[in-house]
Amino acid sequence: MTTEATRERGRRRGAGDDADKQARAAHSERTRAEARLGWYLAGPAFVIMLAVTLYPILQAFYDSLFRYRLTTPDDRAFIGVENYWVILRDGFFWQSVAVTVLITLVTVVVELILGFALALVMHRAIRRLRGLLRTAILVPYGIITVVSAFAWFYAFDINSGYINHWFGWVPGISTDLNWFAQTGTSLFVIIASEIWKTTPFISLLLLSGLAQVPSDLEEAAEVDGATAWQRFRRVIIPNMKAAIMVAVLFRALDAFRIFDNVFIMTNGANGTTVLSLLAYKTSIGRLEIGLGSAISVLLFLCVILICWVAIKLFKVDLASARGE
Amino acid sequence: MTGRLTGRQRFWWAVISVFVLVWALFPVVSIFATSFKLPSQLNLGLFWPKTWSTSNYEQILVGDAQTLFLSSLRNSIGISLIATAIAVVLATLAAYAIGRLEFPGKRLILTAALGVSIFPAISIVTPLFNLWRNIGLYDTWLGLIIPYLSLTLPISIWTLAAFFRQIPWELEQAAQVDGATSWQAFRKAIVPLAAPGVFTTALIAFFIAWNDFVYGISLTSTDRARPVPAALAFFTGASQFEEPTGAISAAAVVVTIPVVILVLLFQRQIVAGLTQGAVKG
Repeated sequence: MTTEATRERGRRRGAGDDADKQARAAHSERTRAEARLGWYLAGPAFVIMLAVTLYPILQAFYDSLFRYRLTTPDDRAFIGVENYWVILRDGFFWQSVAVTVLITLVTVVVELILGFALALVMHRAIRRLRGLLRTAILVPYGIITVVSAFAWFYAFDINSGYINHWFGWVPGISTDLNWFAQTGTSLFVIIASEIWKTTPFISLLLLSGLAQVPSDLEEAAEVDGATAWQRFRRVIIPNMKAAIMVAVLFRALDAFRIFDNVFIMTNGANGTTVLSLLAYKTSIGRLEIGLGSAISVLLFLCVILICWVAIKLFKVDLASARGE
Repeated sequence: MTGRLTGRQRFWWAVISVFVLVWALFPVVSIFATSFKLPSQLNLGLFWPKTWSTSNYEQILVGDAQTLFLSSLRNSIGISLIATAIAVVLATLAAYAIGRLEFPGKRLILTAALGVSIFPAISIVTPLFNLWRNIGLYDTWLGLIIPYLSLTLPISIWTLAAFFRQIPWELEQAAQVDGATSWQAFRKAIVPLAAPGVFTTALIAFFIAWNDFVYGISLTSTDRARPVPAALAFFTGASQFEEPTGAISAAAVVVTIPVVILVLLFQRQIVAGLTQGAVKG
């Protein structure tokens, strides 16, 4: 299409100014046609994405300004920001914020270390092993989170579990240890299952980042006598900063929305209620649409905040890091 | 790290491989073992069952938990497939436009996809729960397919845009210069290059829809539309006093095995799709 246009323009240039103007008009007509076609093709996807997210979040914001319980629908009344006021003064809300932040921080830090180790292993592995390791590592990625949650739950459960029997020699663990009866031990299992499930994602991102590190730089450093640790610190890390940032940001956002495994393992008992679970229980469990919507909006704002902080703090250009 | 390995290196690679394999597969093997235990053997604290029994599988496939499990399996397959198909068709059109055409707003579309993909599902659920009840979409297939698009569309657009960016579009022009019509040029030169990317994207989108739990438990109430993950959470035992551990484990194994097989078959493509969509390789 473009070659054609150039050829046409070239042919007409000889015919004088008038023809040139005409050609330019034809060219801009073509540009416009291309833009129109672009939007015809991409428009439906764009519109649907907005419809399935922008509309609900606006509706949630609207509902959050009302006293609105489905159990007493006639009681519905506009109350402004009172729902937010109620939530922000509630200790239970802040506790779930704290638990969610704790889970996010711990999983991201551990997964970054573990994911890096796995990525390095895959990067260095001989060809035959590389395929095997990559396949194995994809298994957790493919498994339904709920299934993984049940697997971890049954392994640790005081009735059906075997972990207590296996690790009885570890101080603090005995056959009558009920992991899901206390906050700390419950969170331990929840975090462990989350790490198991999502480390593959982070390590694959890091692996593709590792592939971008110029190998001649690494070799040059080795020739110059740099130790493995120095090469790692000075050559590898700086060259894959973008990949690391993207991996951390996406995992942090994902961990912040944690829901499935908490629902299955403790259902929020013993102080393990995370923000998503609190929103779910308030709106769908107790049918408090107004309050639940307010929590949903707050959760959404937290996600925006995390993005904003990440972009400001690390100066990640998400779009460029993702390849555009 | 090519070339001949010394004995020592070989040893360490073996240790590392075994470690990674155990780490990756342990929970899967664990639930597999649990699924073959009789109720009487559940509380022995053993990893492997003392005697292997298929009674849990009988319960979910032909026994009293059959309706619950098989209908949820049907729902999951149907809803996930439809949501994947819609997402992949729309995303293919969009990604073609992004890769091939010059038009204002390309970046806006990619940014919107990114924004939607970080959206917390629970923030969408509350308003949809209320709206679906009012307009009759609650507990229906369509009532899940629509929100599933918020999961499958963004990742499909990103992954496909990354794939399509690597296609040499000059091929299409070359074919046209050689006398092919636009449609022929597209079909003969571009479709074969794009097909693997589309297939991979469909696979990833399907995994994501198959994995959903939040929408599944919030927007359904019966076996009319409840997908597998939600059904697992609401399984009940044969009696009020019996934990459904065995039945849940068996159901979990049944829905996990196809996924593991898909992963084994297409691991190379999945890795390429995941990483290209996220960080251009």
